[in-house]
Amino acid sequence: MKVLRRLGVDVSFPEDQTCCGQIAFNGGFRSRAADVAKHFLDVFENEEQVVVPSGSCASMIKVYYRELFEDDPETLERAQAVGEKTREFSDYIVNVVGTSDVGAASEGLVTYHDACHLLRELRIKEAPRDLIGGVRGVELQEMENSDACCGFGGLFSVKFPEISTAILDEKLKTIAESGAGAVVANDCGCLMHIRGAMERRGMNICAMHLAELLAEDGTDG
Amino acid sequence: MAEVKSAEFKKASGRALRDEKLQHSLEHVMEHFVGARASVIENDFGDENWEAMRTRAAAIKQSTLEHLDYYLDMVDRSVRRNGGHVYFADDAAQANAIVLDIAKRNGVKTVIKSKSMVSEEMGINHILEREGIEPVETDLGEYIIQLAGETPFHIIAPAMHKTRQEVSALFQEWLKTAPTQDIKRLCVYARDALREKFAAADMGISGANFVVAETGTVCLVTNEGNGRMTTSAPRIHVVLAGMEKIVPAVEDLALFLRLLPRSATGQRITSYNTFVGGPRAPSDEDGPEEFHLVLVDNGRLNLLRDEVMREALRCIRCGACLNHCPVYRKIGGHAYGWVYSGPIGAIVTPPMTNMKVARDLPYASTLCGTCKDVCPVKIDIPRLLLHLRHKVAEGALGERSTTWMERLFVGQWHGAMRNRKALEGKANLGRLLTRPFARGGKVRKLPFAPMVSGWTASRDFPAPAPRSFARLWREELAHDNAHPNGTEQG
Repeated sequence: MKVLRRLGVDVSFPEDQTCCGQIAFNGGFRSRAADVAKHFLDVFENEEQVVVPSGSCASMIKVYYRELFEDDPETLERAQAVGEKTREFSDYIVNVVGTSDVGAASEGLVTYHDACHLLRELRIKEAPRDLIGGVRGVELQEMENSDACCGFGGLFSVKFPEISTAILDEKLKTIAESGAGAVVANDCGCLMHIRGAMERRGMNICAMHLAELLAEDGTDG
Repeated sequence: MAEVKSAEFKKASGRALRDEKLQHSLEHVMEHFVGARASVIENDFGDENWEAMRTRAAAIKQSTLEHLDYYLDMVDRSVRRNGGHVYFADDAAQANAIVLDIAKRNGVKTVIKSKSMVSEEMGINHILEREGIEPVETDLGEYIIQLAGETPFHIIAPAMHKTRQEVSALFQEWLKTAPTQDIKRLCVYARDALREKFAAADMGISGANFVVAETGTVCLVTNEGNGRMTTSAPRIHVVLAGMEKIVPAVEDLALFLRLLPRSATGQRITSYNTFVGGPRAPSDEDGPEEFHLVLVDNGRLNLLRDEVMREALRCIRCGACLNHCPVYRKIGGHAYGWVYSGPIGAIVTPPMTNMKVARDLPYASTLCGTCKDVCPVKIDIPRLLLHLRHKVAEGALGERSTTWMERLFVGQWHGAMRNRKALEGKANLGRLLTRPFARGGKVRKLPFAPMVSGWTASRDFPAPAPRSFARLWREELAHDNAHPNGTEQG
């Protein structure tokens, strides 16, 4: 919000919003997901543009609503219209607002984790990197296999926690090896997963959303 | 049919994760395959051309599947024209009976086999052994797992989980060879043992990478030459092929033989590409006297009938989805519990065997999408996994099999997410319930919540924020309105 307002965007937060429905959809509970997705459409349908801060939510709305409503042509049409005006946060700033410098400042080395849905469903790869590059005092240090899954996978992380954590181990290793002081991602799921394990293990690396980095103006480090 | 042990997925994957030796092999072999594939594609074609080839291959396979009855009929006529016999088997039992009948009719004592995944589905080795016929796998990897009494660990590298020490021990036990750590030496031992079998065998059983409808040609892709021996040395050659293995014309092979080895092992071409046109013709100097092609359904119709799942039959069994899958790379092949493993195993096993027994498999994926990107025939594996999950959660009575815990969770979630007021209510309840376990904004242990405790075993869980974003936002707006000219507080 702070970042978007700094860019002069007129931001609103429709208060009746809840969830895009992905968790139930991915669990196979499509009728439950459809109810919640319809609520999402009710809330956002009349907005000019919808900005979503999480890659997998954005891909649910833009890609998987088509699947969810394939047998419901009326809702499908609404979903497609909302899907078209929905943009993921970094994509919106770079490709709609048209800047990669949001006036942010911080310091140190930052590495970037490509969240799976952001990269492989929405094919967004450069925008977040451009934005990190635009932060004064920050240098982007790529980790090895930045496009490798972190092992979160929504339900997967609670259904098969051992496998999920084993995959995460690889990710944490490459993050640590990058030498960066912070890892940035644009997906709240990955971040909760990565941050949760880093904190449990007492790793001295910060896991942050791109918006958190962009909100820094250099005054609070 | 081979036993389906997919219900043990969770236990078996846990065992694999704790097996350090296995983790080591997985890391190295997978890394090798992934690296080799990437560099050969970049060198030879580049992303754009490769993409165009995949698109074309997907279209050829899909259109063949859409008209499968037509092409099956064409295969039947072509093979018979070449002097061979064609059989259609509904399931593993029928396919086994057909092969057994051919063997018995011909007084067969020894069968040599080149690699065939369909034969693994059928569990034919046990059936032959029971009848006093000796089946011998001649692909080195398959030979090793046959001696070990195991199923393939990987579609194209069935014994990749075995160390040289383990192979040496198996050879000492079964071939009475001397102990050695030298891989070349071990290959010589296997070669010596297999030579005798090749010479003695009455019947050869092979799989098929492709069956060309127009000509009745069976195409085999191998690296060891055993395929060529199996199809030419014995008197009788039996081909076992899934009914989806058909391509319409020989020209199509020009495309598929470029895609397959590069996707599988990162090779430009395998050591042997074998094309079998039927039994020996009067003018031929050698080759089998009899040629039999068994086209096997064994659950494939369940895939074909389902318009969404149909594309799974485009699979050419390259194994690229396994090599790139973060889950397979951690747990390997045996945890999947049947013949096929990794992402392709997760989508074909439930419909081909039993949805309830294999219910965990569609969920055994992070949906990261890498499998879809590397598939040479563009199977949208994540979409098919989601489709199967829908069946498990809300499908027909015979397929549905969620736990009460999952249903309870989704019910609660559904109640909370239909409007904001309900969500705030539940969130307040969540704050109340987690408060005793939260330290510094983190929850380290949640003993009363079975689904969440899996999470907190290895990761902290963020405690609910004391105030919701919506409330903070409301307060900020109120503040802005009260101080319309105020500057933003950084």
